[in-house]
Amino acid sequence: MTIKPSQLLEDMGFSIQTCMQCGTCTGGCPSGTYTGLNTRRIVQSARRDQDVLNDNDLWMCTTCYTCQERCPRGIKIVDAILALRTEAVHSGFMLPAHRMVAQVVISKGHAVPINDNAKGQRKQLGLDELPATMHKFPDSLEQVKKLLTSTGFVELIAEEDPK
Amino acid sequence: MNSVSIFLGCIVPNRYPGIEKATKLVLDELGVDWADLEGASCCPAPGVFRSFDKSSWLALASRNIALSEAMERDVLTVCNGCYGSLSDANHEMKHDPKLAKETNKHLEGIDMAFKGTSDVRHIVEFLSKEIGIDGIKDNVKLPLDLKVAVHYGCHLIKPSKERELGSVEKPSFFDELVEATGATSIDYADKMACCGAGGGVRSALLDKSLDMAEHKFKHITEAGADLIVNACPFCHLQLDFGQIEVKKKNGIEYNIPVLHYTQLLALALGFSQEDIGLDMNFIKAGNILEGKV
Repeated sequence: MTIKPSQLLEDMGFSIQTCMQCGTCTGGCPSGTYTGLNTRRIVQSARRDQDVLNDNDLWMCTTCYTCQERCPRGIKIVDAILALRTEAVHSGFMLPAHRMVAQVVISKGHAVPINDNAKGQRKQLGLDELPATMHKFPDSLEQVKKLLTSTGFVELIAEEDPK
Repeated sequence: MNSVSIFLGCIVPNRYPGIEKATKLVLDELGVDWADLEGASCCPAPGVFRSFDKSSWLALASRNIALSEAMERDVLTVCNGCYGSLSDANHEMKHDPKLAKETNKHLEGIDMAFKGTSDVRHIVEFLSKEIGIDGIKDNVKLPLDLKVAVHYGCHLIKPSKERELGSVEKPSFFDELVEATGATSIDYADKMACCGAGGGVRSALLDKSLDMAEHKFKHITEAGADLIVNACPFCHLQLDFGQIEVKKKNGIEYNIPVLHYTQLLALALGFSQEDIGLDMNFIKAGNILEGKV
């Protein structure tokens, strides 16, 4: 960790220091009721440079943007949570299910690829068995793999246990 | 630009192809000039990929948009997640020259370039603005006598800054489109609440994600809705298959049929349930629609 979370967010234009801890974000959070996600506390931890990158709550946000729309200080709370997630991923943390989805996109080009059941349903509906996405155009898949190698994504996702 | 390329995404063609069929039938009926966006990939999903690595998210999204630019068509999405990713990426690419330059460097490696000549549309927003309520009404052949719980989903309207779709707390354009089919959009508690699937929560924390879905099922049942109509296949999956998962979890059966808006509209335009794959949903719609369509 070379840069503090508060500095990182300020550098990216998130004015988290203006948060007055009113709790409007937490009050409107659909996830909070069930997951325990406390948005107000995340913003507070980030401001105080506490260990927010290892906070599991970061991954309980459904990105519904209710808090961001309602924040009386206009803080882009969800975008800030996404930025903190990015920092966590780049420092080696990723939930196993998310790593798996990312690997599927690299190998198939789709997060939810076609299966035999869907092929049968498509046929029944009079649609082509393979949709006109990269499932039908294998050259496109090569492009996507090349692109994701170029951006460093393939390497980022492959790291099971970076030290 | 009113001609569009259909961006299918992942869940529509690969899990709920009935929505793809309904979309194409509806666009044909309404005389919209559409084509498939050939070779498109995952959008990629906004809540997860954007949070893993922004430059990768932007590169993949920009490739999809560039494919549509080459066809001189706007991108038409049928999914809130795809719309969120592609419209946000399009906006950033058009307004941040530094990001655009970096992203185009990656695209150069596959002989492509983002030019910024296409817009990204969502089918509900597109129908509302381009066809209009009266345009829909003029085409309705079988008015639907149904009580509908409308589920906007989050990324259709939020973040609101670049969307220009009116209120996020009490929007009305989707309800109006639903009512144009003859159906009634009923009010229910926490109508604007998230289905619980987004942000990678469904994939990593399924149990909690289903609690959020069940919150909606309870309120929708209390309000006496015949069915749920959504604008997003990921919400659709969560609200349809989610009812099976909730039943497995706690034994409670809600049994509320779930339709994407294009499917509801297709019924009103005279297509059959079989035409648009309603029987392929996990919650069967048959009995609810009998005598009402």
